[in-house]
Amino acid sequence: MSNSWSWYVILGTIVTLAACFWLVTYANRQRASAEEIKESESHVWDENVRELNNPLPMWWLWLFILTIVWSAFYLIYFPGMGDYGGMSGWSQEGQYAEEVAAAEARYGPIFAEYGAMEVTELARNPDALEIGASLFQNYCSQCHGSTAKGARGFPNLTDDDWLYGGMPAQIEQSIVSGRTGVMPPLAAVFASDEALDEMVRYVQAMPDGMDTTSPAHTQYMTLCIACHGPTGAGVQALGAPSLVDDIWLYGSSPAEIKRTIVEGRNGVMPANGDLVGSDRARILAAYVYSLSQ
Amino acid sequence: MENQSSYNDKVVRQFAIMTVVWGIVGMLVGIIIAAELIWPGLSMDMPWLTYSRLRPLHTNAVIFAFGGSALFATAYYVVQRTCHVRLAFDKLASFTFWGWQTIIVLAAVTLPLGISQGKEYAELEWPIDLLIAIVWVSFAICYLFTIGRRRVKHIYVANWFYAAFIITVAVLHIFNNLAIPVSLWKSYSVYTGVVDGMMQWWYGHNAVGFFLTAGFLGMMYYFVPKQAERPIYSYRLSVVHFWALIAIYMWAGPHHLHYTSLPNWAQSLGMVFSVILLAPSWGGMINGIMTLSGAWHKLRTDPILKFMIVALSFYGMSTFEGPMMSIKTVNALSHYTDWTIGHVHSGALGWVAMMTIGTMYCLIPRLYNKTAMYSIKLIDVHFWTSTIGVVLYAVSMWISGITQGLMWRALNDDGTLTYSFIESIKFTYPYYGIRLVGGLIFFSGMLVMAYNVWMTIREVKPQPVAVIQPAGA
Repeated sequence: MSNSWSWYVILGTIVTLAACFWLVTYANRQRASAEEIKESESHVWDENVRELNNPLPMWWLWLFILTIVWSAFYLIYFPGMGDYGGMSGWSQEGQYAEEVAAAEARYGPIFAEYGAMEVTELARNPDALEIGASLFQNYCSQCHGSTAKGARGFPNLTDDDWLYGGMPAQIEQSIVSGRTGVMPPLAAVFASDEALDEMVRYVQAMPDGMDTTSPAHTQYMTLCIACHGPTGAGVQALGAPSLVDDIWLYGSSPAEIKRTIVEGRNGVMPANGDLVGSDRARILAAYVYSLSQ
Repeated sequence: MENQSSYNDKVVRQFAIMTVVWGIVGMLVGIIIAAELIWPGLSMDMPWLTYSRLRPLHTNAVIFAFGGSALFATAYYVVQRTCHVRLAFDKLASFTFWGWQTIIVLAAVTLPLGISQGKEYAELEWPIDLLIAIVWVSFAICYLFTIGRRRVKHIYVANWFYAAFIITVAVLHIFNNLAIPVSLWKSYSVYTGVVDGMMQWWYGHNAVGFFLTAGFLGMMYYFVPKQAERPIYSYRLSVVHFWALIAIYMWAGPHHLHYTSLPNWAQSLGMVFSVILLAPSWGGMINGIMTLSGAWHKLRTDPILKFMIVALSFYGMSTFEGPMMSIKTVNALSHYTDWTIGHVHSGALGWVAMMTIGTMYCLIPRLYNKTAMYSIKLIDVHFWTSTIGVVLYAVSMWISGITQGLMWRALNDDGTLTYSFIESIKFTYPYYGIRLVGGLIFFSGMLVMAYNVWMTIREVKPQPVAVIQPAGA
């Protein structure tokens, strides 16, 4: 805020508060004469609408004055008057930092103790798993569901089928650094709609075995093999899913498979390392690991 | 040539009838979305019926169609009666009626289609915004010129509130909706980032302050003394609370943006002025309730006065609750929870709707040359449905909201959150049920009202009412 705007805010605030204070004290102190009161009470509108001129109720008056006086103290102590930060030096950023530091001091040691343990060990520790479940509900359930069974586009974490690997270190890495799985859009590589439809049929039937007689098989072996592998079992290093296990992240209907091939897919697991810290990430990894054990 | 010896009650009648119609429509949409929160499948996978599109339709319908029509009707009625002169510009007044109804219909079409600026209470896109600006300025011209032509020296207090409401809403609407159109139904706000947020809530909170508070205080200041046949309690109090209210309301908007990227100083100022707003707000309640002193016995026999006194009580309650919720530490609990919904509805149903309903029962017979509504008994029935409905609504949302806030911040011994978000949603289900029941009861009263109004006016061919000579003239 430039200096002149700050002064503009300060001036506007003080003038408004002062005007209110003046208004209320003036209206109360100024003792209207009997004639004036009689005059104002003699006004009549629409045959019978009149006004009395009773004095301001004292409790109301004091309530008003009290809030105005309180506001002056508040604005001296807390920020409010433009650039003037207030005597307390309070700010919401400061309050946040303080509360986080206090929480870290209080809860940090609990988590540090678990953070020093191995994932496999934590996965057998009921206390750690309880914390892990609670962390999971708040950080992970939005996508993976409160039962961790996933949803369309979001993998099931309980079935021991892993896009990026189910070893403790791999799970931990998924949580801390996130993952980005890209299926490129491949509409352009098909010579005709029939060729595309043939590929859809071929992929859909893969869990029953690869149909080596299909014309799509040749194309699979040149195009898809790079990520999904020669047997269709997928490659965890790339996050490329197995196409032979009848688990379908984006649906198994011909329409959905076609869409996956034509438009591609972008699977994103966000990096949570900065958000939860390494100790909590380890507890979460243990919890997720325990789900499929 | 206008007949200057009679009041222009035609436009008042039109707006009064549409108040009842839009009240029913707006509250029905409210019931549908309340049910969708319990059974999301009710939208039947049709995008037009999803909560996200019907919710702005509900808010726009009840605030601007129901509340707006009531404010047009009563502002036009009160300004003529208290200025002892016919409304200025018959044709322009007629234009404001048809223009406002066109805007409502356009809103009812575009909002379900998903056409929205994405600003709360200012969702309508730029072509409709332009029409609103034109209609509103026409409203201001009709209203202010009538005051200019008044045949009494003193401007009655109700007119100060109506005038403040009309002028301020024009300013709020125009500045918040400044946008660059890119196509017929799409525009981008000229404000960006946190400035856009600040502008939006400067508008949003003053929509509450000037549309739903100042406007309805204008209504209160005429219809309460009229119905009670008692003088307003204190002229002096009305002067003080009027100027304090309009000066302070302007600052209160930032309390909607506590603990956001809005700078600390702006948040604090919003909170400070919201707390100071308590006394000026209560000034109106005191003046309304004390006007009834000496006429308390009338509450036994007159359900219209019951509507008004309960409306004033809810007004007092929500204008206490509002400043309290604006305090940062309270807001940290209440923000984003159903508490806000409960607060809004104790204001919207308890104050705005009940004041409007009471006023309409007072006004409609007068517009149709009758002394009273078709059935006083049915007004009483309506009073009880409204009261029970709003109490169920507000209490269920208070419980649900405060519990949500507490669940979201509850911690285990290890510092992890005790509840997942979905558990807090699960908790709210029974309260969403009670809210729906409360809404249905309130709505059923509106149907009783529609029947009562229909029976009152159906065979009447309204005759012009002669302008009353000012007292002492």
